[in-house]
Amino acid sequence: MSAITLRELTKVYPNGVRALDALDLEIADGEFFALLGPSGCGKTTLLRTIAGLEVASGGTVRIGERAVTNLPPGQRDVAMVFQDYALFPHMTVRDNIAYPLRIKKVGKAARQDKAAATADELGLSALLDRRPGQLSGGQQQRVALARAMACHPQVFLLDEPLSNLDARLRLEARTFLKRLQRELGVTTVFVTHDQAEALALADRIAVMEGGRIRQVGTPTEVFRRPANTFVAGFIGSTPMNLVPARVDGDALAVAGVRLPVPEEARGEVTDGEHLVYGVRPEYLDYSPDPVTDALTGQVVVVENLGSFSLVSLDVLPAEDGTATSVQVVVPEGREPEPGDTGWVAPRPGRSLVYRDGELVGSAAAPPVPAPRTGVGADA
Amino acid sequence: MVQVTSRPDETVGGARPDTGASPAPDAAGLGRARAAGFLVPSMVLILLFLVVPAAWTIYLGVTNYRLTGLAAANPEIVGLDNYTRALTDERFRTSLLLTLQFVLGSAVLGQAGLGFAIAFALRDRRGPLRRVVEAFVLLSWILPSSVVAFLWIALLDRDAGTLNALLGTPGMAWLLDHPMLSIVIFNTWRGTAFSMMLYAAALENVPRSHLETARLAGASTWQQLRDVVFPRIRGHVLTNLLLISLWTFNDFTPFLITAGGPEQRSEVLAVYVYKVALSGGELGFGAAISFIMLLINLVIALVYLRMLGRRKERA
Repeated sequence: MSAITLRELTKVYPNGVRALDALDLEIADGEFFALLGPSGCGKTTLLRTIAGLEVASGGTVRIGERAVTNLPPGQRDVAMVFQDYALFPHMTVRDNIAYPLRIKKVGKAARQDKAAATADELGLSALLDRRPGQLSGGQQQRVALARAMACHPQVFLLDEPLSNLDARLRLEARTFLKRLQRELGVTTVFVTHDQAEALALADRIAVMEGGRIRQVGTPTEVFRRPANTFVAGFIGSTPMNLVPARVDGDALAVAGVRLPVPEEARGEVTDGEHLVYGVRPEYLDYSPDPVTDALTGQVVVVENLGSFSLVSLDVLPAEDGTATSVQVVVPEGREPEPGDTGWVAPRPGRSLVYRDGELVGSAAAPPVPAPRTGVGADA
Repeated sequence: MVQVTSRPDETVGGARPDTGASPAPDAAGLGRARAAGFLVPSMVLILLFLVVPAAWTIYLGVTNYRLTGLAAANPEIVGLDNYTRALTDERFRTSLLLTLQFVLGSAVLGQAGLGFAIAFALRDRRGPLRRVVEAFVLLSWILPSSVVAFLWIALLDRDAGTLNALLGTPGMAWLLDHPMLSIVIFNTWRGTAFSMMLYAAALENVPRSHLETARLAGASTWQQLRDVVFPRIRGHVLTNLLLISLWTFNDFTPFLITAGGPEQRSEVLAVYVYKVALSGGELGFGAAISFIMLLINLVIALVYLRMLGRRKERA
């Protein structure tokens, strides 16, 4: 079994930068796991520390049953695919794929057979005698994957696997990668700064900020119920609407209207308390006619995004007088014109409230499906 | 010269329709004639200070020209006598052998080896240690030859030498007992800086991810060098070896330390030529040996360039 267990993992660079801050994480055997965050959040350091390319300043790394914290990278039984693929330009595709086997002293005939077989799985058979310079970006990536697969490591580590491909190839490679991971069933950790990539590929995602994990969950959990306003703003192709709100009796006063308190937060808020009301643009329904329990305002911008449009409305200013705008996704054919007055109603069960940036309500600590995952770092 | 001055005139009249007919004959759009105009000054200088003296050396090599005496006033053509004499001369052959030892020992093994080792050891280091090491290595390179020669004589001196004081071996005559070893180590010390800097720059070009891929596969340091580093910097290595081989082959500084002695045991070719031509006064013979050295230099250069060319073909 090759689950990855990190305990109190800390990495402080010689210049004093604390890239990882007492981080706890469990990645299950066979899981496709994403490390997601803005640049400088420590996600690449975390990946490199699992690989052994960085030495942890504190804490432990376990892969399967083995404690590998102090093992050199070559003895951890992990394979990594780098962002630039790191293919050796002076070797043929065959020799590149066979390279780890050569280091492991596998005989020439055996390793070449293995390389050919692995290349065949990835549709590279015709390219075995080429050099990396003669391959396209997508082919290079497959060669790098083949090299990683050839010696059957316990864990795959992928550093920004799709970022060096052009947009069209990226979608193709994404599907390919997900399918390959399913077929191989090898625990795979990848780093990305692209939330769409993480949502599309991963079984579970860890969203990181400043060396800490802000939330771990399935793509659905992370998308629907961001544990804090940082994750809420980071996940989703359009950021979540975050509007100042105040508890007013049994309702919330938001942008001049009264909305019901979200179900999970009922009983957890006190009258008069200042909160942040959050709802994704995808979970708002636009209406040109007045509806109840809806925010209202004037349409200022309509952005056409193909099958839908992103509509921005200036809603009534908050109680402290700051102007607020709300974005809503409107399906094609029903777009308003700028200047129209519209109403946007949150769908039931899709709105959230945050207190001091953290999600309020029982769902703040949702029942995480196995494996149980520590989120201690963000406490 | 007349041709040279006439070319700019052609340029004004002829180059423009020419560039119109054949699109972009060169990147700068100068046209053949004007481009040649830019080349002329450097060509003239090369002609004056390189080709003419070289031709003069070839001429001297077939004469019995001397520094003093009758042959100084009326040198006579003696054909290939000087060359046959040199090639059958025991002293010349010994000197050639010593020079090869000097080049292999101090340049190829010493400077390139040590320079690479330092550059590789310091590749990931920043800060004071690297700066101090680099400063010391560079210092030995930038000091004038006469100064470092004096320093080394002071270091290796039999009676009051620093080395004897350090090792507690009073009276050990390093320069007399080990003259070749002394100048090999001296020249290694002297010239390592160039190789170190060149390799330090070359190592920057080795992508970190390639080294890390090898490390993840379990490659040892030696395997990383063999599989990742050397293939990547092969061109730098060859260029470095070409330059330092030629420089060392022609280096005259050993003369300042051992003067070729004792008993010609450290008499490399550059020293030998000096002694024959200037101390001995046999300018014709000296010129012949110089020309042989020139040919050997050419052979060294061609061998390296061929290896470089083969590398480009494969890439």
